[in-house]
Amino acid sequence: MSTFIYIVTYLAIVVFVAAVLRRIIHYLKNPIHVRWELYPVPHEGKKASYGGSYLEDSGWWEQERKTSLVGTLKAMIPEMLFLKAVWENNRPLWVVTFPFHFGLYITVGFIGLLGLTAIIQLSGIDVAGSHRLKPVVALISFLGPLGFILTIMGAIGLLYKRLTDPGLRNYANFEHYFNLCLFITTMGVAVLTWLFVDPTFNLARQFLVNLISLKMTAIGSFLFQLQVLLAMFTIAYIPLTHMSHFFMKWFLYHDIRWGDEPNINTPETDKKIGIVLNYPVTWSASHISGHGKETWAEVATFNPAAESEKGKE
Amino acid sequence: MKKNKMLKITDVSKDSEKLTSVSIDDLMSIPADLDDIDWAELPEETREKYICILDDVNILPIPKPLTTKDEEELVNKFIEGMRKLFTKENNWTFLTMLETTMEHCAKCNTCSDSCHLFEASGENEMYRPNYRTEVFRRIYKKYVQKEPLARWRSGDIDLNWQTVARLGEMAYRCNICRRCAQTCPIGADNALVAREIRKIFSQEMGITTPELHDKGSMMQLKTGSSTQMNKIVVKDNVEFIDEDFSEETGYEFETPWDVEGADILLIHNAGEIMAWPENIAAFSMIFQAAGISWTLSSELAAYDSINYGVFYDDVQFARTAILQAQAAKNLGVKKIVLGECGHAHKALTVIADRVLPEPLKVPRESCFPILRDIVMSGKIKFDPERNNFPVTLHDPCNITRLMGIIKPQRDIVHKLCPQFREMHPHGPYNYCCGGGSGYAIMSRNNIPEWRFKIAGRKKLEQVLNAFSDCRGPDTKKYVCAPCSNCKGQLRDIFDRYNLLEAEQLTYGGIVELIVNAMVDVNPGYIKWEEY
Ligand code: SF4
Ligand code: SF4
Repeated sequence: MSTFIYIVTYLAIVVFVAAVLRRIIHYLKNPIHVRWELYPVPHEGKKASYGGSYLEDSGWWEQERKTSLVGTLKAMIPEMLFLKAVWENNRPLWVVTFPFHFGLYITVGFIGLLGLTAIIQLSGIDVAGSHRLKPVVALISFLGPLGFILTIMGAIGLLYKRLTDPGLRNYANFEHYFNLCLFITTMGVAVLTWLFVDPTFNLARQFLVNLISLKMTAIGSFLFQLQVLLAMFTIAYIPLTHMSHFFMKWFLYHDIRWGDEPNINTPETDKKIGIVLNYPVTWSASHISGHGKETWAEVATFNPAAESEKGKE
Repeated sequence: MKKNKMLKITDVSKDSEKLTSVSIDDLMSIPADLDDIDWAELPEETREKYICILDDVNILPIPKPLTTKDEEELVNKFIEGMRKLFTKENNWTFLTMLETTMEHCAKCNTCSDSCHLFEASGENEMYRPNYRTEVFRRIYKKYVQKEPLARWRSGDIDLNWQTVARLGEMAYRCNICRRCAQTCPIGADNALVAREIRKIFSQEMGITTPELHDKGSMMQLKTGSSTQMNKIVVKDNVEFIDEDFSEETGYEFETPWDVEGADILLIHNAGEIMAWPENIAAFSMIFQAAGISWTLSSELAAYDSINYGVFYDDVQFARTAILQAQAAKNLGVKKIVLGECGHAHKALTVIADRVLPEPLKVPRESCFPILRDIVMSGKIKFDPERNNFPVTLHDPCNITRLMGIIKPQRDIVHKLCPQFREMHPHGPYNYCCGGGSGYAIMSRNNIPEWRFKIAGRKKLEQVLNAFSDCRGPDTKKYVCAPCSNCKGQLRDIFDRYNLLEAEQLTYGGIVELIVNAMVDVNPGYIKWEEY
């Protein structure tokens, strides 16, 4: 059984990484798209405070283009950490979705810290017994249960909303309910494991040590093993669903919503436009097809109305 | 719970006479005594020829299938178009945005309350921004992407001719104002989906609205303008405007045409020439007074900035943008400046930015920064007292939310209009006028009724609230709406509710306010006359 748990863990990590990469690569392999930005765009510096852009200046293409990283961070951090858009536009949902997301962030932080202490342990230091590492160990013991419980509370709240709000229920499908139940179960088992099997997370740390050092030594109880299995399934499953928005949001914001980079002195963009204009067009409507024009460049420089007028002459 | 609120996604496929209906009692109440009446019945000819099974309106004329084969063909053509929509070759322009919206929407409905149509209709489910998207997404997942377990994972849908017809019609129950997209925590875009559906119908099925296509973009490609004015007629008309307004204002001016090497090629929405000649004249007077080197062009499509492709068809969009850029190149101007037309602003400045090939790249900018610079420069003498009446500013979505041009217009009205007041919300968070994405030019069937009762309702509420301290017929009021489409919508809705008489309410552009305050011009450029 222990070996199986380790194999599942390795596999889950591989699936997670592969699924994340697959989505990112698919996105990046798409051709150039037209600009479709939405204001306010936070990297517009001072203008961003009222939703303004560089297009507010006459002769904007002659000015040096300045973008503000501080502005971007000022918009990104509250959005990522506190779900600002939901807070501003859907407060009743925020009350449940915020603890859910924040609980997950805390859980990720908890796993990160646990991993760090596992590496320290691998270097020969007894983490549990170390006086200097006591605050870190205490922090881990605090963050773990906090993350689990917040996530459970949020997920139950979301489930309740999905079931009772007719607007949300109309758009929910089996996957929504399954996902929420999965989080409630996984985190519920994590709480039970913490309460009854591994209150110090020493077992969890040892599991990570074994994992890193490729030693498939037998671990813990049934509850602990169940927790690992559920956690691994969840990790592998998330990027296969719409929940992949947790990393794809970066592209949706930076490349689309805030993607206001003008095509000025950007030969790379011109090159990409050259490529797409040579793509074949197969739309069937009569104003596009049937004129012997095959590529976007040919179709877009052809005037069907002028041609039909000529035909009448 | 109201019947309409219980509309399910799968109801879209039902073999029923109508999917939904918004009654007068459902409508959002606003601070005015509006004499709204029930929907006028669609003309018999429309009902006989086209599918009218969504609600009480018909905007997209989809020919009625007469046989089972016709029904199947409608579905097959749609699905074929949908497949093409998800290929990079046919849809490189928007594929990335479309795919991400299909994949990452959390179905949280955070976007719902941002939509003025959802609110105005009394939260009719069909108007929820995500409703049409969800129908579209389910079809995509089940029939195009063929996702394993799609029924369970993404929800089921029955793809029949009713689904296709209603989806097409629903794509024309959205102003594509993207206010919903602005509130989405993920970055998904329901407005885009409405436009993509319109594209399938136009680019694959050859079905679109006559106003946008035959009388719109095709007419522009044929004669040079959707107004049908060819180059001789347009030059004649502008010459007439020059003479007429020179006489009326006491300010002699002449609009230059086809000046090679001018600094600026100004492109107006040619609809202004017919409907609001005072806007054309005002631009000419301001530019002449400021000593600007500028010209209009009489080349095909270059004297009309409209680009209706933005609303429904990428190919038509590209064709028009290319003609306009080519005209600028031919004249050798330093830049194109767009007149007061929102969609034209976005089309040529932003969207065309990654469509125009290298040889056609010419700098393009909005008229507002240069107008602001002129007003602030001191080159022209103004008397703001001439504008001493309540003024509010409508923000065209294309110029503000989609381009971030917020402050230049405000600098002008703050300087020239002592009684300026904002609408709330404004700037990038504004509400659409209700005419956005093509409706402002539609008066077929009972479309105007829809524009008044639902699409324009929120804007009307905003306007009335902005003037809450001076309501009634005793105070003249002005809504500055620097966009031809928005002006068309405001004109019609003010007219419908008799607001000139009841509220002394008129509308116009920003250049009219500038000229109205010019000391060298006879007073009274802006008039409170019949719209
Ligand atoms: S589009 Fe965005 S805001 Fe609207 S339901 Fe989807 S995720 Fe939520
Ligand atoms: S784009 Fe505008 S009109 Fe269309 S659904 Fe979104 S908010 Fe409503």
